[in-house]
Order: sequence, then C-alpha cells, then structure tokens
Amino acid sequence: MRHLVISRSADLRPVLVVLVALVSIVAAGAALNRNFLSAGYLLQQLQIAAFLGVLAAGAMIVILLGHIDLSLPWTLTVAGMVGTAVAAGPGRSALAIPVGLACGLAIGVINGLGVAYLRIPAIIFTLGMNTVLQGLMVLLTGGFAPRTEATPAMAWLANGQLVPALPNPVLVWLLLSAGILVLLWRSRLGRYMLAVGNREVAVYLSGINSHAVIVACFAAAGLCSAIGGLLLSGYSGKAYQAMGDAYLLPAIAAVVLGGTSIQGGRGSYVGTALGAILIVLLQSVLSVIQMPEAGRQIIYGLVIVAMPLLYGRTVPA
Amino acid sequence: MTLSASRLWLRYNSILAVASAVLVAMFVVFLSLHPRGLSVGVVTTSANKGVLLALVAMAQVVPVITRGLDLSVGSVMVLSACVASVSVNGDHVVLGILAVTATGLACGLCNGVLVVVGRLQPIVATLGTSAIFQGLALLIRPSPGGEISDSLSEAVTEPIFGAVPASLVLLAGILIIVWIPFRKSTFGQACYAAGSSEGAAILSGVPVGLAKTGAYVLAGFFAAMAGLLLSLVTLSAEASATQAGLYTLNSIAAVVIGGTLLSGGVGGAASAIVGAFLLRTIGDLLFVFKAPALWQPLFEGLILLLAIGLASIHVLHARSRLAQFG
Repeated sequence: MRHLVISRSADLRPVLVVLVALVSIVAAGAALNRNFLSAGYLLQQLQIAAFLGVLAAGAMIVILLGHIDLSLPWTLTVAGMVGTAVAAGPGRSALAIPVGLACGLAIGVINGLGVAYLRIPAIIFTLGMNTVLQGLMVLLTGGFAPRTEATPAMAWLANGQLVPALPNPVLVWLLLSAGILVLLWRSRLGRYMLAVGNREVAVYLSGINSHAVIVACFAAAGLCSAIGGLLLSGYSGKAYQAMGDAYLLPAIAAVVLGGTSIQGGRGSYVGTALGAILIVLLQSVLSVIQMPEAGRQIIYGLVIVAMPLLYGRTVPA
Repeated sequence: MTLSASRLWLRYNSILAVASAVLVAMFVVFLSLHPRGLSVGVVTTSANKGVLLALVAMAQVVPVITRGLDLSVGSVMVLSACVASVSVNGDHVVLGILAVTATGLACGLCNGVLVVVGRLQPIVATLGTSAIFQGLALLIRPSPGGEISDSLSEAVTEPIFGAVPASLVLLAGILIIVWIPFRKSTFGQACYAAGSSEGAAILSGVPVGLAKTGAYVLAGFFAAMAGLLLSLVTLSAEASATQAGLYTLNSIAAVVIGGTLLSGGVGGAASAIVGAFLLRTIGDLLFVFKAPALWQPLFEGLILLLAIGLASIHVLHARSRLAQFG
C-alpha cells in the first residue's frame, strides 16, 4: 500500500541525505583544490545546475503523477532549433523565445492527450514522440539550412545578469521553482496531481477530471523542457541536433535522488533541485580530479543506486 | 460456453497474431521490391540485424513479464561485446564465450538483488546499474577495436549450407535450449504469476522474490548472447553509451509491438522476436520503397508511434469507463 502523503515533513529524509552528500562533495572538492570554494567557481556550477534543474523540474511534475516523459531530449532540441530557425530574417528575433515555448507546450499537450485519453503507457508514448520529433528535426535541417545561432535575447537569458552576481539561468530557475512550489503546495491542481499519482481511479470517482490533470502536467513538463532548450541554446550560442540527448538520464536521476517515488504520488521539489546541484557538483569534482570517464560512470551509477537505498525501502505489494 | 484452445490462445495473443501477420506481409513486400530479390545474402543480412534486436528484446521481456523493466539490457549487451572483444579469440574461444556468459549472468544478478533485496524500483535500479556497466565496458575497452575469432564469426553470421542464415539457427537453438524449458518450469510459471498478481502469488506460496531475481539473471544471459553476436557481426567492440541506449529503447518498443504488456503477466519470447523483426523490417521497407532520405527518420518515428500506440491502446479493451484505470 502506498500512503497518501501530502505533508512536506514526510519527505524530509531524502532532502537531508542529499544535503549531507552535497556538503561532503564540496568539502572533498575544497580539500583537493583550493579554487573549489571560490565564489566564481561555485556560481558557475550553480549556473550549469540551473539548466539541469529546469529540466528536472519538468521531469518531476510528470513523475509525481506516476508517469514519465522520455521525450525530454528532443522536446528541448525542437524548442531550441525551431526557436532559432523562425528568428531568421530582419525584425523576427523577438519570435524565438515565444515560438520555442509554444513548441514545448504543444508537444506536452500531445503527450498528455495520448497518455490520458488513449491510455497508452507514458513510457512508450513519449518514447515514440521522441523519435517523431527527431525525424522532424532531420527534415528541418536537411531540406534547407535554417538559422541555428541563438538570438541576443536567448544569449542574454543564458549568460547575462539581471541581478548583479546572479546569473540569469539561476534567476529563471528560482522563479520557476517558486511557481512549482506554489503549484504543488498551495493550489488545487497540486493536490490533484499527488492524488492522481496515488490512485487515479479515486480521483476520477471523486468527480475530478483526472484526464485534464494529466494533460496539464505533461504540458507543464513540455514547457520546462522548452525553457531548458532555449537556455542551453543561448548558453552554447546555437541549437543543434541531439543537444538534449545527454540530459534525459541526469534529469530523471536528479528527481530520483531527490526522493521522489518513481511510482508517483510522493516527492519533494526541494529534493529534486538539490539533486540537480548534487549531480552537477559530482561531475565537476570528478573532472577536477581528472577521473577517467569509466570511473565517472561507475561512481555516477553507484550514487543513483546507493542513495535511494538510504531513503528507506518501498513496501512490496 | 467453452472456448476451443485456439480461440483461447487468440484471445490472449491478439496483438501478437496481428503483429505476426503484418510482419509476414511486410517481409514479402520487402523481398519482392528488393533490387536483388529473394537472395541468401539479403535474407542473411536482415536475419543478423533482426536476431540481434530479438535477443535484446528477449532480455527485456523476462523482467517485463514480472511487471518490472530493465533499462540496463543495452549496457549489458555492450559490456558483453567488450568482454568478447578481449576474450573470444586465439585458442581460448570457448573460455571466452564462458566469460561473456558469466558477465551477463553477474550483471543480471546485480539487478535482481537490487530490485528484490534492495527493494528499489526496477527503473531506478537498472538506471543506476546501466551507468556502472557502461563504466566497466569503458575500463575493458577504452578505445574501439579488439580481436574476435574469425572462424566463429563466419560460422555464426554466414548462411549454413548456403541457404539458412546461421543466426536464425542460433536463435532457434536458444529458444529450444533456454526459453522453452524456462517457460515450462516452475520458475517460469512463478515469473508470470508474479507479474499478473504479485499479492495472490505470494499468498499462494509462489517464491516471488526468487522468481524476480531469476528473471533479471535470465535477462542478463540473453543480453550477453546479444553482445556476443554483436561482436561477431562487427568483429570489434566499442563501449558506446549511445548504442546501449538505442538498443534498450528499441527493446522496449519491440516487446510492446509484439503484444507484451508493460503491466506484466502477458507476453513471451514470441512477442519479443516478432516485435524485433517487425521493427527492423520497417526500416528495411522504407529503404526499398526509396523513401526520400530526409523523410525516412520521420516516417520511421511515425510508424513506430502508430505501432506502439495500436498495440497498447487500453481504451479499446476497457469494458467500462472505470476499467481504463487498470
């Protein structure tokens, strides 16, 4: 039996474990390299964590329902590539961000409709969607050469500082996080989300349109992927094929490390955010000590397996 | 009213029946349109590609039957291929094959123990171990290459007696020696029982934990066989995470297209094999239809989405609006 947990305190343990892990990584990094504790370096890591954090936020919204969104890599690529492509031509560079966001929203809505109304398991519907999006982008770049350079607005969003000493992606991440926290803990939709993750049929029988809740959450996840895609395009200066492939597993890992149950219905957003920072810092420390790729993969895998073991085990059916 | 055995089979295997019919039709069209027609070479190439994915799909299907999922099948395959590239050569070929098999079994045992004893969600456990296996593959083979026994490669990837692809014979052999005894054994029945109703199975005294662990071990074995075949086909190995990910995702798509339900208890080797060959034939068909190269990936994606959609639409089976929630 899974229990209906809508209180925040119940999800505190994973957050504490991740915090301890974070502090020990920073301590280990500082012991190995003096520059590790410099404000510049830590801010840079936070900026990189913001990209992953935005994507993980979207992944978490869907995982809370007990579903999963495997179309994240190509949704973010579509947002970046279509956004930059429509911005080609004089006076159209303002279109990039709204069009990119609209793409993510549209993809999310289609995912949601397939999962909610056709009842196709999310893991395969979004997998198929990912392949279709990949095909669309091959078509987009093959027929003619679209513009792929990020617009000035995208570059500013990814590299600028609206608030002094705070990189814009971190600001975007903070605003998005505030929005999600309000959604989860202060809104009716948030309660419905957790309830759907626990027992959808009960939500349906209570007279709530559980299908609409699912569509809304997939749409929100698509939007998060699109924001991530626009930020990443701005950061690297251009959008390119397969730019999202490296982000699917880390995003899901961040959610899992944060203590969210992959079965849905239970989780902590703060945990997800800390999980994203943990993954980025871990990768950074391993590259600082020049750990070869093989060792990095093994340590990364051990962390994903070991930390959930510390969170207390799921009760068998 | 009692249903005849064949009607009963059809009721539980309707998707598999449709998928098999579509596969036969597609393969006939493929052969008739292929510029070289029905030649041993064309069939052997298709068979090698198909058997490779079929073995990975068979690895995926065993945990899925127990209502689990194995996201590490691709990584186990790549790791096994890397082990093969340093061991299946010279005068210790048999020892090498044993090493590859042991690798797969050990990987599977890790997954099984994490899921059953560690009580981790299968997705989480195998997501983590896939990274670990990938790292081990990189340790064994930091750069692409290696040496594989030429004679074994020829024996497995060329046609036998100039007519039957040897890889198909290999697949049939694995089916007869491993799958059928598994399906008929108490262990096999326990896997199906665990997947269709875990609670009832536990209450009936079925060793559910043991069965689930065994399911991941068997998955490791099939994935290792796929890795061995991969190394024999390419005569080298590469610790490629991209390739591992692709095979894992295709294995899930293949079992679903073949009619295995992700909710457990339904499916088997037949659905994995039919699904895998169907998936491979889609790509081949687009080639012989001379689809514009640029449109090919999109067509492939749309057909994949359509196929997995049709195979897993629940609203069509639901007898009431409540039944859709499963």
